[in-house]
Amino acid sequence: MKLITAIIKPFKLDDVRKALVDLGIEGMTVTEVKGFGRQKGHTEVYRGAEYEVNFIPKIQIDLVLKDDLLDSATSAIVEAAKTDKVGDGKIFVFDVQGAIRIRTGEKDAEAL
Amino acid sequence: MLKKLLLSAIGLGVITLTMTEPANAAGEDTAYVFNTLLFLIGGFLVMWMAAGFAMLEAGMVRSKSVAMQCTKNIALYSIAGIAFWVLGYNLMYDGVDGGFFGSFTAFSVPDPSVDTGDYSAASDWFFQMVFCATAASIVSGTLAERIKLIPFLIFVVILCGIIYPIQGAWQWGGGFLSELGFSDFAGSTIVHSTGGWAALMGALILGSRAGRYNEDGTVNPMPGSSMPLATLGTFILWLGWFGFNGGSQLALGSLEDASSVSKIFMNTNLAAAGGVVAAIILSQVLYKKVDLTMALNGALAGLVSITAEPLMPSPLLSIIIGGIGGIIVVLAVPMLDKLKIDDVVGAIPVHLLAGIWGTLVVPLSNDGTSVVTQFIGVISIGVFVSVVSAIVWFVMKSTIGIRISDEAQLSGVDKAELGMDAYPDFTKS
Repeated sequence: MKLITAIIKPFKLDDVRKALVDLGIEGMTVTEVKGFGRQKGHTEVYRGAEYEVNFIPKIQIDLVLKDDLLDSATSAIVEAAKTDKVGDGKIFVFDVQGAIRIRTGEKDAEAL
Repeated sequence: MLKKLLLSAIGLGVITLTMTEPANAAGEDTAYVFNTLLFLIGGFLVMWMAAGFAMLEAGMVRSKSVAMQCTKNIALYSIAGIAFWVLGYNLMYDGVDGGFFGSFTAFSVPDPSVDTGDYSAASDWFFQMVFCATAASIVSGTLAERIKLIPFLIFVVILCGIIYPIQGAWQWGGGFLSELGFSDFAGSTIVHSTGGWAALMGALILGSRAGRYNEDGTVNPMPGSSMPLATLGTFILWLGWFGFNGGSQLALGSLEDASSVSKIFMNTNLAAAGGVVAAIILSQVLYKKVDLTMALNGALAGLVSITAEPLMPSPLLSIIIGGIGGIIVVLAVPMLDKLKIDDVVGAIPVHLLAGIWGTLVVPLSNDGTSVVTQFIGVISIGVFVSVVSAIVWFVMKSTIGIRISDEAQLSGVDKAELGMDAYPDFTKS
């Protein structure tokens, strides 16, 4: 089992969700996050005063899947989240030791 | 029943046909009714400006200060009304006779049977009271998010009971400024600059919001909690201004008065529009984007600018006068920040600076005035209001204290002073 953590542009969430559901993914967790990468922040002006916006709003998607789905899932995310402009985000992949479905007690792959 | 009505109608017809004299008397009655109606309609429009200020300020402060701002606005309007009855009105209007102030008495309402003259006495009291409340509203916007509630309300009592009425007596009460030939039709100086001077003194003595300015002089913007509320508040103020300026014609009982009131409505609207357009263009040029809050301030600056003389200017001149008001705002807001004067809603540029501009530009369209007397009016009222306000703020600062602690400001003045949230169901970012 693998955990995919993807940081994407907020307006791409629906495209990414659809691409993953089409692959047969049955669940994910979505969080509103802020941060910066090589894109850095930018300056804004409010009532004549310039200020730095250091953290840009992004969406973080966490999902756990079986190993055989990993490649197709990551390519689906890349394809759906891509705009070819700076700030498209990143995907991180982790090994997952175990999973339990709380209602039934099912374990690992059956719990996904 | 119908027959009775018909008979009395015929009777009336006979009377009007046979008696020519009472036609005049009826005309005077009509004028009295229409003048009073103008005061009442103008008065409740200006009363509604209190709602405009409340919404504008609620939108321009951070969400953790909104309940406090609403509390101050409902309290100040009420206190202003009481103070202006107990002391303000008669201090401003009763027996000034070219001097400096009227009598220290409460306003007494005449019995309707003897309430004669050009309009009803209470309608005038109501109309003048809401102007006084407007001056107090201006102060609350500038000092938002860091002043303690009770000292602020004490200041409102003194402003509405003493400071505003005394300087108002100099002009509208028939005092020395009116004898000099000063002209301030609806109160660019008397209402708006007065509120602005009191606010400026408060801001200087109170200091800026916690964390507003950095050591190196840069500003930490504190974006307002609700642009829709700020926009609604501005539109409400704009609507109220037709009562403010139109009502200040003080009469609606003749064709000339009706025409004048209408022209004032038109000029007032054009000046506000000019202020918005100028602020939008200038903020686009200076900052490469349109700043909504500047556009809102621009509307109010246009309105304040035309308030000293909304009747005489041509439509084009009204747009220009208001437009320059809008330019003043866009330039003055960052300038105040450079001086580390923290004016949360921009009330000092809008009411004080545009008020001075509007007062000084009166001679351009009104031949009966001169720049010198306009200047004397601006300076004398400015010095009086500033000195007395500064003394009041200083006395309160050194006794009961006027500033909410920085720690309480950071956690939110709503929580610290009121123990409540404006939006309890919302998560704070």
